[in-house]
Amino acid sequence: MTMIRLARMTLPALLLAATGLSATEARAETRTDFKVAWSIYVGWMPWGHAAETGIVDRWADRYGLTIEVTQFNDYVESINQYTAGAYDAVTLTNMDALSIPAAGGVDTTAVIVGDFSAGNDAVILKDAESLEEIRGRSVNLVEYSVSHYLLARALESVDLSERDVSVVNTADPDMVGAFQTPGVTAMVTWNPMVAEIAALPDANIVFQSGQIPGEIIDLMAASTAALEENPDFGKALAGIWYETAALMVSDTPEGAAARAAMGAASGTDQAGFEAQLAATRLFDDPADAVAFVTSPDLAGTMDRVRGFLFDKGLLGPVAASADIVGIELPGGVILGDPGNVMLRFTDRFMRMAAEGAL
Amino acid sequence: MRAINIRPGRGTALVLGLLPFAALAVAYLAGSALRLAENPSDKLLPALTTLAASIDLLAFTPDRRTGDYLLWADTAASLTRLAWGLGIAASLALVLGLLAGVLPVMRALLAPFVAFVSMVPPLALLPILFIVMGLGETSKIALIVIGITPILIRDLMLTATALPREMIVKAETLSASSWLIALRVVLPQVMPRLIDSLRLQIGPAFLFLIAAEAISSDAGLGYRIFLVRRYLAMEVIFPYVAWITLLAVLLDLALSSLRRRMFPWAEVGR
Repeated sequence: MTMIRLARMTLPALLLAATGLSATEARAETRTDFKVAWSIYVGWMPWGHAAETGIVDRWADRYGLTIEVTQFNDYVESINQYTAGAYDAVTLTNMDALSIPAAGGVDTTAVIVGDFSAGNDAVILKDAESLEEIRGRSVNLVEYSVSHYLLARALESVDLSERDVSVVNTADPDMVGAFQTPGVTAMVTWNPMVAEIAALPDANIVFQSGQIPGEIIDLMAASTAALEENPDFGKALAGIWYETAALMVSDTPEGAAARAAMGAASGTDQAGFEAQLAATRLFDDPADAVAFVTSPDLAGTMDRVRGFLFDKGLLGPVAASADIVGIELPGGVILGDPGNVMLRFTDRFMRMAAEGAL
Repeated sequence: MRAINIRPGRGTALVLGLLPFAALAVAYLAGSALRLAENPSDKLLPALTTLAASIDLLAFTPDRRTGDYLLWADTAASLTRLAWGLGIAASLALVLGLLAGVLPVMRALLAPFVAFVSMVPPLALLPILFIVMGLGETSKIALIVIGITPILIRDLMLTATALPREMIVKAETLSASSWLIALRVVLPQVMPRLIDSLRLQIGPAFLFLIAAEAISSDAGLGYRIFLVRRYLAMEVIFPYVAWITLLAVLLDLALSSLRRRMFPWAEVGR
């Protein structure tokens, strides 16, 4: 009997502990410990570099914080961990921010708009020169990723729809190998795979993200609750980003060394990394980022993105329309349900950086 | 009384057997309620109503885009692959296992190689399979076959060699040929064992199937789980996991009843 009672009492606790998701976290008066997750991508390499070279610690000390930066080998896992509450901030795209944490009820703020893809994502056809020839082919891509969005936009541009192709979900590490098998004739993926596949003799890039500039945005997003508890966390993130980004683009030996290090860390070299950087519109100047995020175009982009997500059923099975998740834009404009704002774009911290107020 | 002599009655045994299931359900409900109280949109441990709505959507509502019933389409795709994989593996194992079990020359030829191959981790071969056989059905079925055939062969070989020597000698004295002995003495006695081995390999077969579907596919149970994993859609993943488990249990029961029906004499002494 005691055994049974013991089992009844401890099992739920064990289950919760095993998943590492204790529902209630003890919170200090003002939090000073924060955890940041990032994954390998050209526009996010500065975070790893900043952690390695002590830039993170320097900015954390300045605000009296402790910031732990963790690299994930699996992008989706890093977002899932953030959504589950194990991390306070994560690197992700505008689309994934809306469909994973925001649709999962985790109020998320885009602290930094780091870059947008201007060629890093591409539609590649085998033995075909024009996008129209994609009709009727099976397209290998990571379903529901920005690649899928890019495909939808590409098809739209030539008056086709997803009904005209069939989509095959394929894991991103296998893209390069898959393209070389005879059955694969169309693919949508991102760098560094795009560069490797494009180098194959029969591969042609027929559509790329530079043709929809500013729609695939790479962010450093933090939980709104964490930022409210201690806004210095947002300031530190901005400080880290702009110091590292400036170093990354600088035409100095230090800049070259930083690019070489980031290239090596992402499995290529300095030249390969600089080629990827060329296909990225990096916001190393905070004023540009502020201008981008406050421009009315962002509302149009997010409206398209949420329409795509709703169409694919990714805003939840019960979503009646794309309005279910509210998106707040700088200046107080809200797309969707104002009572359920879960994704916020703000120029607050980037503006501070632009004004030298960090 | 010693603890080893306390035997539960029928009713007690039933209650005890259900207890772990009940504990799991209670733990889930408590965890789900706690997390949902904090964040009503939490995706990790969805409420029962969410699960029910999701199951309804997956199993009983046609998909908006394709018009398919997702759960059934996925199940059909996965079970087809599984059937091919298990079927090919069982046939190969029967032929090779019997050959090696009956003929010492064949045993000398095959046993070391099969023992060696059975130690290759099949999942490590997956990238090679995909390059060699493409991303289609062939590579997925091949992974299942590669994963379970060596073990089936070894098991059949052991069963065949463990048959009482006297039985073979007796057949010889009755002037049976090697072929006849294989067919009439050994085969009937290894068949029940093949079915049992196959039952034990259902778990690994599902593992290989799901691993292959996770990497590249456009339908299948593993495909769906790894697809929605991107969206932390536990309301899809939990029902799929439960469904896969149920399918495996049913398959196990079906094979078990097949064995009993086809080889009732093998039940003696079980």
